Amino acid sequence: MNIKVLGPGCKKCHETDKLVREVIAESGSDAFMEYVTDIAEIAKLGIFSTPAVVVDGQVKLTGKVPTKAQVRSWLGK
Amino acid sequence: MKTKSCACDGDCSSGGQTPVETATSSSDRMMTARYILVGTPMLVAWWLIYGRLEPFAGWLAHHFAQYLSGYNLSPGNIEHLRSTVEFFVFEAPKVLMLLLLVVFGVGVIRSFFTPERTRKILAGKRESVGNILAALLGIVTPFCSCSAVPLFIGFVTASVPLGVTFSFLISSPMVNEVALVLLYGLFGWRIAAIYMSTGLIIAMLAGWTIGRLKMERHLEDWVYKIQAGESGVYDEERKSFADRVRFGLDAVRDIVGKVWIYVILGIAVGAGIHGYVPTGYLASIMGKGVWWSVPVAVLIGIPFYSNAAGIIPVVSALIEKGAAMGTTLAFMMSVVAISFPETVILRKVLKPRLILVFTCVVAVGCIIVGYLFNALI
Repeated sequence: MNIKVLGPGCKKCHETDKLVREVIAESGSDAFMEYVTDIAEIAKLGIFSTPAVVVDGQVKLTGKVPTKAQVRSWLGK
Repeated sequence: MKTKSCACDGDCSSGGQTPVETATSSSDRMMTARYILVGTPMLVAWWLIYGRLEPFAGWLAHHFAQYLSGYNLSPGNIEHLRSTVEFFVFEAPKVLMLLLLVVFGVGVIRSFFTPERTRKILAGKRESVGNILAALLGIVTPFCSCSAVPLFIGFVTASVPLGVTFSFLISSPMVNEVALVLLYGLFGWRIAAIYMSTGLIIAMLAGWTIGRLKMERHLEDWVYKIQAGESGVYDEERKSFADRVRFGLDAVRDIVGKVWIYVILGIAVGAGIHGYVPTGYLASIMGKGVWWSVPVAVLIGIPFYSNAAGIIPVVSALIEKGAAMGTTLAFMMSVVAISFPETVILRKVLKPRLILVFTCVVAVGCIIVGYLFNALI
């Protein structure tokens, strides 16, 4: 499973990054996670409000920080 | 448009945390009941306290002055201190209370809009209509200033005309609820309404002008190479009433949590000026009679960066001491609409020429507003 957190580096983007990492660690998931800050990369995915979360190429959330429960459901935990 | 070095304050209230699955309707109904049960007495309390702020401030300042008269101070000194204290004790809680209420209300309204939906509305719109819609949507669409560049690309690649995109990006930071509350609190509803309508008009006309100039080739080339897919994969789930209240509460926590300190500091400086600087002191440099004051104020304001919360209380004190209304509004608009850090970020997608045009068009807009209101008010 591949999870991307996208955001050019605002406070909420960092929050999202941290939260997703935490949930992955807590749930013992083997998901691979990246934090993408490159704007061209973000734009290529068709995302224009950040923070955004992409799981296996599918946009799950844009423009806000997810809740832990949300992240867990994406992980299938 | 403003980029607050990615601190996401002011116009950024995208903090709503909506549950993945729409919550079961029974627990939703319970939350709704709870919000109404708690919310109603709070509104009543708000109303009662708000109405008593002014007499309370007067009473407190009066007693403070009586207390001071026990010390060896001249009556002039005591009067300065008294009026400073009265100003602060009245204005600070008043503005903060207004902020709480308005930011909550705007948050609830914003829960009806998303950048995705706004893009859908604007895509393929004709220019003039598009500019008007874009400026209006700029007020209610929640978007974090640090995503200005991705948003820009998202709009342009979805065939939103360039000028229409600019209208959106100009109005979004300029006409924001924090600025409007402060202007209302310190100058009354007429000035707030004037600010809002001229802000919208600048956003519409500046965007329209940029569209007329056919600047499309002054975007960085990589922007056009991007074949942005529909981000429609992510479809906004339906929000319940309780979700919207939560969205509003998140906005309050986000925005008021961030700006309250600027508001307090700004009002403290304003209170100092109110108490100590003689009335009419600034008329000779910032008054109506000085023709060059408007362009100079705008030029100073362009690189300068501050959020509306910090600058308006100071501005209010300036006006009280004789600075002309138009000059001051022009200054404020140029501070809020363009800044140096923002142009640095925009440089990633715009070639220098387009940045220059954007800055000039907005500056000219602010200058016109300045002269107009110096003539009218």
